[in-house]
Amino acid sequence: MATNNPPLLEVKNLRVEFPTRRGTLLAVDNVSFEISPGEVLGVVGESGAGKSLTGNAIIGLLEPPGRIAAGEIRLEGRRIDNLPYEEMRKVRGARIGAIFQDPLTSLNPLYSVGRQLVETIQTHKPLSTAQARARALELLKEVGIPGAEHRIDHYPHQFSGGMRQRVVIALALCAGPRLIVADEPTTALDVSIQAQIIALLKRLCREHQTAVMLVTHDMGVIAETADRVAVMYAGRIAEIGPVRDVIKHAQHPYTKGLMGSIPHLGERGERLTQIEGSMPRLTEIPKGCAFNPRCTFRGERCLVDRPELMAAGASRAACWLHDARGVGVPVVREPASA
Amino acid sequence: MPEFVQIDGLKRYFDVSAPWLVRKLENRPRQIVQAVDGVDITIAKGETFSLVGESGCGKSTVARLVVGLYPPTAGTIAFDGHDMSQRRGGTETSALRRRLQMIFQDPYASLNPRWRVFDIIAEPIRAFGLAKDKADLRKQVEDLLRQVRLTPADGAKFPHEFSGGQRQRISIARALASRPEFLVCDEPTSALDVSVQAQILNLMMDLQRRLQLTYLFISHNLAVVYHISTRVGVMYLGRVVEQAPTETLFRRPKHPYTRMLLDTIPDLEMTGRQRTPVGGEVPSPINPPSGCTFHPRCPFANDRCKVERPKALPAEDGTVACHGIEEGRIPVEERSYSLDRAQPARS
Amino acid sequence: MAQWIARAADSDIWWSFKSSVTTVIAAIVTLLIIVVAFLSPVLAPHTPFDPSTLSLTDGLKPPVFMGDDGDWSFPLGTDDQGRDVLSSIMYGTRLSLEVGFASVVVAMLLGITLGLFSGYFGGAVDSVIMRIADVQLTFPAILVALLIDGIVRGILTSQRHDEIAVFVIVGAIGLSFWVQYARTVRGSVLVEKNKEYVQAARVIGLSPILIMFRHVLPNVTGPVLVIGTINLGLAIITEATLSFLGVGLPSTQPSLGTLIRLGNELLQSGEWWITLFPSITLAALVLAVNLLGDWLRDALNPKLR
Repeated sequence: MATNNPPLLEVKNLRVEFPTRRGTLLAVDNVSFEISPGEVLGVVGESGAGKSLTGNAIIGLLEPPGRIAAGEIRLEGRRIDNLPYEEMRKVRGARIGAIFQDPLTSLNPLYSVGRQLVETIQTHKPLSTAQARARALELLKEVGIPGAEHRIDHYPHQFSGGMRQRVVIALALCAGPRLIVADEPTTALDVSIQAQIIALLKRLCREHQTAVMLVTHDMGVIAETADRVAVMYAGRIAEIGPVRDVIKHAQHPYTKGLMGSIPHLGERGERLTQIEGSMPRLTEIPKGCAFNPRCTFRGERCLVDRPELMAAGASRAACWLHDARGVGVPVVREPASA
Repeated sequence: MPEFVQIDGLKRYFDVSAPWLVRKLENRPRQIVQAVDGVDITIAKGETFSLVGESGCGKSTVARLVVGLYPPTAGTIAFDGHDMSQRRGGTETSALRRRLQMIFQDPYASLNPRWRVFDIIAEPIRAFGLAKDKADLRKQVEDLLRQVRLTPADGAKFPHEFSGGQRQRISIARALASRPEFLVCDEPTSALDVSVQAQILNLMMDLQRRLQLTYLFISHNLAVVYHISTRVGVMYLGRVVEQAPTETLFRRPKHPYTRMLLDTIPDLEMTGRQRTPVGGEVPSPINPPSGCTFHPRCPFANDRCKVERPKALPAEDGTVACHGIEEGRIPVEERSYSLDRAQPARS
Repeated sequence: MAQWIARAADSDIWWSFKSSVTTVIAAIVTLLIIVVAFLSPVLAPHTPFDPSTLSLTDGLKPPVFMGDDGDWSFPLGTDDQGRDVLSSIMYGTRLSLEVGFASVVVAMLLGITLGLFSGYFGGAVDSVIMRIADVQLTFPAILVALLIDGIVRGILTSQRHDEIAVFVIVGAIGLSFWVQYARTVRGSVLVEKNKEYVQAARVIGLSPILIMFRHVLPNVTGPVLVIGTINLGLAIITEATLSFLGVGLPSTQPSLGTLIRLGNELLQSGEWWITLFPSITLAALVLAVNLLGDWLRDALNPKLR
C-alpha cells in the first residue's frame, strides 16, 4: 500500500479490552490500517465485530472500563492514543470530527443549532462571535439547509431527521478537521434521505479535502462512498482493499459469504448464500482463525494458527487460502444448528 | 371468486389532539393523523405480497389492521371471504384468528423476557386448544423448534440467552404454532445483520413452500422485497401509489415515487450507476399536502396534482395512482439490472 | 435447586452484595433482629405481657451495668410494672416487623393491581385511579392512618378495637402507601404495553385480564421490590409514630413505638433505660433495612451495572 503521501491516520496493532469480573474481554484484536489524506475508508462488519469500538478508540471516546490495551494511533505522525484528556480535547473537533448514528441525541436539545455551531467553532479557532456565526451560516448553507438565515436559531427538535443529520455534519466539519469518523451516519434515516446524506458527505469531504472513516454494517453505503474498505470480524480485520475489488472479487470466505447474503436485483427466488452459525461472542472466540467454525474452506491449519493479513489479489485478506502452504488437510464442518 | 385476502378502502385515522382541556384553553384545533387513507389490496393464496415504503407511509399500520390489533376507521378486510373488521368474540372469530398470525420486527421486544421459550411457543397451541394432552403439546412444540432449525433443548431457555436471529426463529415458531395459512410479517429482518437476514429469509421461503403459506411482507428494503415477493405495493403517506407483480414493478416502474425509491437501492454491482437523490423529505402525516401527497417532491407535478387526489387506475397487471401517468405525461421507463453476478475468485 | 443456587452464587447481584461492606453488615443486623424477634417466645427470658408473671417488686430496676441495683435476670432493666425491657423489646420488635411487612404487602397488592389496570386500560379508568391517587398524596401518610384509625375507634368499642388493632393499623398504613406502587407500576405498564410480545398475545386473542396478569405483570415487578424494601423502614417508623402518639397498637400488644411511649412518661423521673433501648433497636432496624433497600435499588438498576 505504498503511497507517496504519508498517511493521515495510522493505526498499528490496536487492542481494545474490557476488564470484567469474569476476565478480560478482547473486543478489538491487533487491528492495523492506514487512511490517506482525503480518502474514504469504509469499515464494515456485523454487530459485535468491533468496528464502532475501533472508531471510538480513534476519537478517544472509549467508555470505561473499555480501554486501549496496546497499539498506536497516529494522526499526521503524532501519537494520539496516549494523550492526556486536555490534549485530546483539542485534537477532537479541530483535527478529528465525529458523526454518530442518532441525530436526535447528537445535538443538545436545549441549545439552538447556531449556538452549538458557534460554540464549537470558537473552541477551536480564534474567531469573534460575529465571525463564528457567519462561518456557521456558511456551513449550514453548504450542507443544504434551506432558509439557513433564520433556521440557524432554531432548536434541534424543529428539524426533521435528515435535516438534523445535515446539521451534525456541519458541526463535524466546522472546525476544519482532517479526518471525520462517521459511525452509522445513515442507519437511522429513511432510504431516500440516506441517499441524499451520502451524496452530501461525499461531496463535502472532497471539497474540504477531509478523509473519512465510515463505520457501518451497510454494504450498499460502502459501495457508493468508500475508496477502500476493511471488513471486520470478531475484532479483527478479515479483508482490506479497494472497494471494487473487495465487493466484486472477495478474497476472504467471510466476505464472500457476506456478499452472497445480500439480496440484490437480477435474480429472484433463489436461496441466498447463507453462512451457518453466527459471530462468536467475545468470551468464545475460537482458536486459530476466528471464522473457522463457519468456514467451508477450512483446513487443519485454520484451527490452530491465526492468519495475519496477507496479499490476496488486489487486496489483503487474513486467510490461509492465500498462503503458499495453504490450509492443510481440509476439516469438514459438523452440521451445526444454524 | 373472492381473493384469499381482500382489503377495500381501508382507512385508519389516529386522533393525536391535545387533551380536551388544553385544546379549549389554548384554542388548538383537533389533530388527526391519517395513517392509512384508503388502501385497496388483494392477495392470492400462496403468494407473497410486499408492502414497501418509508417511515410514516402507513405500512406497519396496515399490518396491524389486517391482524386485528386496531379496528379500522373505515373499509373492510376480508379473509377467505369472511369480514374481519367485525370483531366479535366467539368461536368463529377464534377460528379465523387461528389461521392468521403475525411476525414482528424487533426480536428483542417480541418475546416475553420472563417466559421460557417452550411456553412462548406453546401459548397459541394452548389458547386455541390444538393439543390433545401434555405429551402432544410437547411433541408439537419440539416439532416447531426443529422446523425453525433450533433444538428441543432450547425450549427450556429464556429469550435473552439467544441471539437476534435465533429469537426471530422463535417468533416464527410461535407464529406457526397455530398452523396458520396467512402470515403478516412486519419487517422481520430489518433489525438483523445481513448474514442472519439471509438465514431467516431462506427459512421463510422454505417454510412457505413446505406449508403453503401466504405472506403479507412489510419492508423498507427493496432488495429483500425483490428477492421474495410475488407482487409489490408501494405506499406513500397512507396510500398505495402503485402495485404490480415484482418484475413489472422493478423493470417498468410507473409512479415517480416508485422510480425514486428504486433509485435509492445501492449499486452493489459497482456499475457506477449514478443515483439522483430526489430532494425533500417525507412530509408530516398530520398535515399532508393537498391533492396528490407526493406533488411537492414530484418532478412531473402540474396544477391538477396539487388539487385533485389521483385514483388508483389499472395499469399492466396492477394499479397506479398518478395523474401524470393517466394523462400520458410521464415517459415510460424500462430498467434492467445487471445479471452479472461476480463469481467469487478462488485461489 | 442446586443448579439455581449455583447460578445465584455466580450472579452479578451476589457479587455486588459481597463487595459492599456496609450492605453485608446491614444484612447481618437485619437478619439478626428478625431471627431474634421471631424466636422471642423461645429466647426471651421473661413473658412481659402475661400479667401473672409480673411482680411489682421487680419494677424500675436499672440495667445490669449501671450499678449494684441491677439484676442479671433483667439485663436491660425493667419498667414500672416490673416488665423486663429486653423481653419487651423482643416481643415488640416482632410486632413492629409483622405490622411493617403486612402493611407493605397490603400496599403492594393494592398498588400493583390498581397500577396494572390504570396503565393497561388507560382512558377513563386511568384518569379516575390517578386522580384518586393524586388526592391521596396530598395527605401525609400519618394523617391518613390517623383518619382510618379514628373512624374505626368511633365505630367499635375500645376493647373490641384493641383486639383488632393490628389489622386496623396494617390496613391504615397499607392504604396510605399504595400510591407509589401504583404509579411506578403504571409507568412500567405503559412501556410494556406497546412491546411486541404483548401485541403477539393480543393477536392470539387472549383476554386483557389474562394478558395483564400473565404477560405484563412479571415484567413490571422489578422496581416494586425495591420500593417495598425501602418502604419497609418507613412503614415500621409510621407504625411506631402512630403507637407513640397513642393511636397505634395498645399497651396490651406493644410494638417498639408503644414501648417508647410508655418509657417516655418515665423519662422525666430519670428511668431512661425504658425508652432508650427500644429507641436504639428501632433506629438500628430501620437503618439496616434502608441500607439494604439502597443496595438493592443500585444492584437492580441496569444503568449502573
